[in-house]
Amino acid sequence: MRKDAIRDKVAVTGVGCCQFGENWDQSPSDMIVDAAYEAYADAGIDEPQKQIDAVFTGSIYSNKGPHECSDALKLFGKPVTMVSNYCATGTDAFRCGVMSIAAGLYDTVLIVGYDKPKDRGVSGPTVMMDRVRDLPQTPAGWFALCAATYFQKYGAGREDLGRIAIKNMHNGTLAPNSFLKREITMDDYMKGKMISWPFGLFDSAAQTDGASAAVITRADLAGSDAILVKGVTVIAGPNPQKDPGNDFLSWKPTGWAAEDVYAQAGIDDAANQIDVAQVHDCFSLTELLTYEDLGFIEKGSAKEHIADGKFELTGDLPVNTDGGLKAFGHPTGATGVRMIYENVQQLRGNAGPRQIKVPGIALSHNIGGHPTACGIAILGKS
Amino acid sequence: MAGIVSYGAYIPPTRLGFSVIGGGSPKEGGPERAVAWNDEDAVTMGVSAAVNSLRGFDRTSVDGVLFASTTYPFKEKQGAALIAKALDLRRDVRTADISGSLRAGTDALRAAFDSVAAGSAKRVLVVASDARLGAPGSGLERNFGDGAAAFLVGAADTIADEQGSFAFAEEVVDVWRTEGDAFVHTWEERFVVQQGYTPGIVEAVSGLLAKLELEASSFHHVALYGPDARSHAGAARALKVDGDALVAPLFGRLGNAGVAFAPLLLVAALEAAKPGERILLANYGDGGEATAFSVGAHIEKLEPRRGLAFNLGRRRSVASYGKYLKARNLDATEYDAGTNQGLSATIHFREREDEIAFKAQKCAACGSLQFPAQRVCESCYAKDDFELVRLSDKIGAVVTFTFDFFFPTPDPPTIVTITDVEGARVHLQLVNISAEEVRPGMPVEFEFRRIHQVGGRPNYYWKGVPRAE
Repeated sequence: MRKDAIRDKVAVTGVGCCQFGENWDQSPSDMIVDAAYEAYADAGIDEPQKQIDAVFTGSIYSNKGPHECSDALKLFGKPVTMVSNYCATGTDAFRCGVMSIAAGLYDTVLIVGYDKPKDRGVSGPTVMMDRVRDLPQTPAGWFALCAATYFQKYGAGREDLGRIAIKNMHNGTLAPNSFLKREITMDDYMKGKMISWPFGLFDSAAQTDGASAAVITRADLAGSDAILVKGVTVIAGPNPQKDPGNDFLSWKPTGWAAEDVYAQAGIDDAANQIDVAQVHDCFSLTELLTYEDLGFIEKGSAKEHIADGKFELTGDLPVNTDGGLKAFGHPTGATGVRMIYENVQQLRGNAGPRQIKVPGIALSHNIGGHPTACGIAILGKS
Repeated sequence: MAGIVSYGAYIPPTRLGFSVIGGGSPKEGGPERAVAWNDEDAVTMGVSAAVNSLRGFDRTSVDGVLFASTTYPFKEKQGAALIAKALDLRRDVRTADISGSLRAGTDALRAAFDSVAAGSAKRVLVVASDARLGAPGSGLERNFGDGAAAFLVGAADTIADEQGSFAFAEEVVDVWRTEGDAFVHTWEERFVVQQGYTPGIVEAVSGLLAKLELEASSFHHVALYGPDARSHAGAARALKVDGDALVAPLFGRLGNAGVAFAPLLLVAALEAAKPGERILLANYGDGGEATAFSVGAHIEKLEPRRGLAFNLGRRRSVASYGKYLKARNLDATEYDAGTNQGLSATIHFREREDEIAFKAQKCAACGSLQFPAQRVCESCYAKDDFELVRLSDKIGAVVTFTFDFFFPTPDPPTIVTITDVEGARVHLQLVNISAEEVRPGMPVEFEFRRIHQVGGRPNYYWKGVPRAE
C-alpha cells in the first residue's frame, strides 16, 4: 500500500466501551448501545442519525450480520458493513473505517466491535468437533505450540509467563470497565487449572461479552489537539500447523504487520518511539512473543525484560495498561476497538490510576486464528 | 373449607383419526384422538389451560402453582416455575411439580385443597397436563390423547367445595415408563384391568362413600378415570353409577389424557353442574383416590370458561400418519438432522485421501512435501502440479507439542503435536506415551485410530506413536 495514504488524515474524536464481563442480562444490542452512545457523547455527536455517514462493525460470534448493529442504533439509510477476521476483527473494522475516510468517501464514521460468547452456554471457546484431523481445536492448543520450542531454545518457562499474568491482572484492577479485578500471586498462577500446557487458567484470556465503539472523522474537521491515526494494517499469514519450515519461535503475521504499520507511521526504532502498547495477550506467551516480534526487544530476551519490569505501568514501555484480554476481558470482535479506547485514554492523560506518563505514540495489536491474521493500529497526536 | 374457584382446559386442536393410523385418510365423524403437535408439549398445553382458568381473575392473587405431568420434557428443572413465568405470576409464588403417576393431577388438587384449608395459601393454581406416547402401531397409540386441565383452588368465591376424600396406595407394575423409555409400557391388559384398575377405582370410591355415608346414586356427576372405554364402562357398572350421572369419558374423541384425564372429566362435570349438585371425582394410578364436591350457587356467576366443550369444538384432522410420526419425532431416522450435520460425510468423502489414506502432496515444481493436499503450493506457489505421497509408512519427527486438557477423552491430557514428515507438517495426536516423555525431535510412526463418534458413527484418522526400536 501507499505508506502515506493514512498517516494524520483521520482523527479519533470519540470512544466508548461498555462494562466487559458475563453480561447475562444484556443483549448484544444493549452493549452496542452502551458503547456507541458513550462514543457519541465523547465526540460531541448529538444527532447520530444525521452525523454518522457510515458504520463498520465487527463480530465473530454473531450470525446476524451488520443489521444487529444498525438495528440497535437505528442507523438506517446509510452503509453498514460487518467485518470478521478472527481476533483481528475489531482492528480490521477500525481499519475499514479509517480507509473509508482517508479515501474521501465519508466525513464521520462509527466503528463498533462486539461479541456475546456467553450466550452459548460454554465456558471458554467451543471445542470444535466438526472434523477428524487438526484435533483438538482450541485456541489454547493453537497458541501453545510455540512454547516447547521457545522454552527449549531460550530457556524461558512458566514463571516468566506468570509474571505477565500477574502484571495484567494488576492493571485490570485499575480499569473501571474491566471484567476481573483481582490481584494474583505467583502461587495463585501456578495453581491455576491446566488448559493446554503450558497454559493454565491465568495464562488465558477471560472470554467475556462486551462492545466498544469509536467515532472517527476527517483530521481537518477535528481540533488541533485531536488524536490522529498514524497507521493501521491487517496482515494474513499461513496456518502454522501446516506451514512447512515454521520454527514455532514467533508468529509470522505480527512481524509482517509491524513492518507495514511502522512504515506508514514513520517508525524506525519501535523500542524508543512507541510509548505504550496494548497487545494481544490471548495467552501469556502470545504477549511475550509479541514484545519481540514488534521489535520492542531482541528475539529471545523477553525473560530478562519481564523480570526488569519494562512492561509494567511503571516501566519504560507499559503494555496492556488496562489489564489486556486476561483481565479486561476478550469479547473477540470488541477487543481491537477496546484497545483503541484505552490508547485514546492514555494519550489524553485520562486513564486515572493506571495513567502512565502521557505518551505521544500508542500501539494496539491483535493476532488471531491459528494464528493467521494480525492487526496493528498506531495512534498519536498531531 | 376449600374448593374450586375456576377451571380451564386445553386440548390440542389436531386430531388423529383412527382411519389415518391405519394408513388411510381422515374419515369425517370417525373415531379420533387429540394429538399435541410438534410445537406443543405438557408445558405449552398446561399454560394454555391455566390461561383459560385465570380469565377474569387477578393473576397476582395466585399464591402457588402445582404442575402435574408424567411427560414434562426436563428431568431436572422445574415445570411449575416455567409455567408461573409464562403466566407472569408473582415472583414470590410457591411452585412444585408432581409426577411419577397418573394420579399426579388429583394429587396436585389434593395438595392445593390442603394448603388452602390449612391457610398457608389463599389461591393455588393446579395444572395437569400430559402428552404420552404409545409405540407406533400399538393399542396405546390409538388409546392415548393429549390435553391439559387447570383449576384455581381457593376458599372464597368457590363454585364447588371439596367435601371429603379417600385415597390408598398400592404397589403394582401395571403401567410404567423408565429412564430412557420413549413409550409407555403395560403388563398384560387382563392383569392390568382385573388386578389393577377395576379393584383400585372401586376401592377408592367405596372408601369415600363409606367415609361420607353416601351412595353412588347421591352424585349427579361422576368423573371416573379409565384406561380405555371398556374398562371404564366396567368400573361404572361395578360402582352402580347411573348412566346419566356418568361423565362421558371421550374415548374416540380426546383419548386417555394421562395425568390430565380425570381432571378434564372434572372440567366436563363442572361445565354441566348446577348449584346444589354433587360431583364425584375418582382417579387411579399406584393406588386410587376419590374426592366429593358440592356445587355452590357461585357457579352461576362464573363467566363461561374455555373448558372441554370449547376445546372439543375446535379441531383439524391430521392428513396422514406420516405427518403425525414427524410431528412427534417418531419417523424412522437414527439421528436428527442436526446431529448428523456434526460431521459432513461430503467433506469426509472429499478428504478421504488425506484422512484415510494419509497422503501428502509433493510439488512437482519445488519438490516440497505438504499436508493436506491443496491447490497452490505452500512453498513456491506453483498451481495444480502435485503427486500424492503416502505418509502412513514413513517416520516423522515431533516439532512442537501441547497437552490439551479439554478434548473429551477418558484419559486427559491429549498430547497434540506438530509432526514433520519429510517436510510436510501434520497436526497430530500422539499416543502410547505419557506427556512427560514427549520431546521435540522425537521420532514417531503412525497408526490408524478412531478419533470420535460425532455424527453417530465412528470417525477414523491417524495418530502418532513413538517409533518402535
